[in-house]
Amino acid sequence: MATAFSSINVVQHARCDNFSVASRKPSSAFLGSTYSIRLSPSASRSASVSAAVNRKASSVSAVSEVVKEKKQKSVSSGSNLLITKEEGLEVYEDMVLGRVFEDMCAQMYYRGKMFGFVHLYNGQEAVSTGFIKLLKKEDCVVSTYRDHVHALSKGVPAREVMSELFGKTTGCCRGQGGSMHMFSKEHNLIGGFAFIGEGIPIATGAAFTSKYRREVLKEADCDHVTVAFFGDGTCNNGQFYECLNMAALWKLPIVFVVENNLWAIGMSHLRSTSDPEIWKKGPAFGMPGVHVDGMDVLKVREVAKEAIGRARRGEGPTLVECETYRFRGHSLADPDELRDPDEKARYAARDPIAALKKYMFENNLVKEAELKAIDKKIDELVEDAVEFADESPQPSRSQLLENVFADPKGFGIGPDGRYRCEDPKFTEGTAHV
Amino acid sequence: MAATFQGLGAAAALSLSGSFDPNRLHLPCRRSLSVTRLSFVVRLEERIVSGSNLPPRRAQQLVSKAVATKADAASASTASKPGHELLLFEALREGLEEEMDRDPQVCVMGEDVGHYGGSYKVTKGLADKFGDLRVLDTPIAENAFTGMGIGAAMTGLRPVVEGMNMGFLLLAFNQISNNCGMLHYTSGGQFKIPIVIRGPGGVGRQLGAEHSQRLESYFQSIPGIQMVACSTPYNAKGLMKAAIRSENPVILFEHVLLYNLKERIPDEEYVLNLEEAEMVRPGEHITILTYSRMRYHVMQAAKTLVNKGYDPEVIDIRSLKPFDLYTIGNSVKKTHRVLIVEECMRTGGIGASLTAAITENFHDYLDAPIMCLSSQDVPTPYAGTLENWTVVQPAQIVTAVEQLCQ
Repeated sequence: MATAFSSINVVQHARCDNFSVASRKPSSAFLGSTYSIRLSPSASRSASVSAAVNRKASSVSAVSEVVKEKKQKSVSSGSNLLITKEEGLEVYEDMVLGRVFEDMCAQMYYRGKMFGFVHLYNGQEAVSTGFIKLLKKEDCVVSTYRDHVHALSKGVPAREVMSELFGKTTGCCRGQGGSMHMFSKEHNLIGGFAFIGEGIPIATGAAFTSKYRREVLKEADCDHVTVAFFGDGTCNNGQFYECLNMAALWKLPIVFVVENNLWAIGMSHLRSTSDPEIWKKGPAFGMPGVHVDGMDVLKVREVAKEAIGRARRGEGPTLVECETYRFRGHSLADPDELRDPDEKARYAARDPIAALKKYMFENNLVKEAELKAIDKKIDELVEDAVEFADESPQPSRSQLLENVFADPKGFGIGPDGRYRCEDPKFTEGTAHV
Repeated sequence: MAATFQGLGAAAALSLSGSFDPNRLHLPCRRSLSVTRLSFVVRLEERIVSGSNLPPRRAQQLVSKAVATKADAASASTASKPGHELLLFEALREGLEEEMDRDPQVCVMGEDVGHYGGSYKVTKGLADKFGDLRVLDTPIAENAFTGMGIGAAMTGLRPVVEGMNMGFLLLAFNQISNNCGMLHYTSGGQFKIPIVIRGPGGVGRQLGAEHSQRLESYFQSIPGIQMVACSTPYNAKGLMKAAIRSENPVILFEHVLLYNLKERIPDEEYVLNLEEAEMVRPGEHITILTYSRMRYHVMQAAKTLVNKGYDPEVIDIRSLKPFDLYTIGNSVKKTHRVLIVEECMRTGGIGASLTAAITENFHDYLDAPIMCLSSQDVPTPYAGTLENWTVVQPAQIVTAVEQLCQ
């Protein structure tokens, strides 16, 4: 099946004849891996298209897709643009929202409105927007502690996110989660996780539910996809590999998106990883591995379309490595002294918002005024969010013991024979658990 | 005083087997006598009245090292119909199968649960009946598949995750602690996690240190989870069903040596209460709190104790988190002496928490310090003799009761 990716490196794996029969088994045959034998591993995996196509008897692994490299977009012709005007405006607005919101977070943090660990997403907006704007509301997104913009892209109102950061009861998690734990059942944002890697199994579980719904509960139209975002540091963690294995084994509808910003706090990706090319790790488990320029939202979007489409069709997971960069430190507490200023300058020149603007002007998609209007709208939206969060009430004491258990009988039976949750001190939050 | 003694002697003769020597009975002497006598008399009357209604006590034939293979009709089951006999692992399977029939969202995940039928045969036959996706054979990746179960639970399924041995779940501690217990709270109540994590633990028969672990002490601090331990086929099936139906994450502790216990359980459907403790043997002199396999060591010691003239009250606490303070408290108020017998390690175990809870809540009712018999803080040795000495044996229980009742 031919698909078009532009200016990316894609690992090509031709299907070995031995495998072709096995892989035509119906997807309901849940026997696990369809690979019966492994040939000798190839010496090196070339990222170029032509070399891989020639290597027909290559071992492994991935579900094969012959990908044709698309010609570099010509600036002049408008017939094969990557994006329409409406899409362009939507994408622009989402990225500007992410940027302005994060800048406001920094301000609010230094003014003492929010505390703790706050991790900002400046510079990486293309990844969030590129993927999440292609999802339906029922699709799930799983993120890490750098999750504000994922929440915003997924549709969680800026007011709720800001309130959550302020720790107010009107936050999306009632103030109980904070910066690193954004959840929204309505928008299917399943976290928000503080430890790296621990969200990936959760994402795998959400994808499993989607497959289960379709195949066991017979909800034929259930094609929900899960997108898991995580960083380069996570890619050295065991949970990542365990989940790559299971997702590929059971062809779960999931996309693993690596936001490789080259730094895990102060640890350079190159210093911590034996093979720094993360996309290569996908084919080792039997899924396509794709590397894409994560500073260019249009390229990310093209790759995302394909990866999400694959998952939706039941063809299994994809590993997408997005080369991106965070303009700020790891968190607001990070002095960010280790990174080379030249590196920062190089990536600042590739600011995704500026790049999209340039593309849209050059292709006469929008006028300056329209973009300015969006900028203004977003500024007002974020100001309103701050106001709303400021005016919202702090959680009252009665909230302390709610939500510990879905069924509060879990607090047990007290000495007087009644369930402890029936004690009014529980609703007041003054009981000692 | 004498009249009271005589009265007690009569009552005791009604309900206790074996000889009873009224002179061996020790009244608590640290409290004011009048108060004690009054309560004693009240209890006595209750005792006489209810003596005839006491359910028949089961005689446990259990050698300390081996598994009990046969037991007579359960004292806990109050079946109106004859019921059917089965082994504990079959009872677990029955409970699981009934819940899977009842609710298509219940699924099982774990190593070798599908085609192999479970390493202890708890899931035997289920994969044939429900399919490979509903009874999922996972790769050996505890952290990831437990996390996957949690993610599935958050998105609408009701998974039952099996740890092939409870000790393996140490690898899933990240997911169990951070996600299983906490996500309902950190999401502000948006996502519930109706997962059941179950597996066999406890000291087996020379399985070595790592396969003989008791994880209840490690998990008990995790907020947001419930822990239950089953000990008979009757409560195994009931607790399995209750755990699956519960909206909370529940960790169900089974024991490797109890899987072959046989009991007659009711035919009709029943679900037990996750938070309640089980009264195994009502008594007067001392409260013995226990759970899982130690229940059988306690009951064996109880036989000896009864022959020696003691009347222990044995409670299987079943709910390791939270504790059923009502049943426990009533017992403490009655007997004023507590002995905890557990298989957990001494340090930071369930017994330690239980001691603290009882002291906090019922300190005034105690006439003696709470004694807690736990396993030694030792990695379980392979050698059979050494292994026996790490866990609590019936003889130690008898000695402890004698000591407490002095």
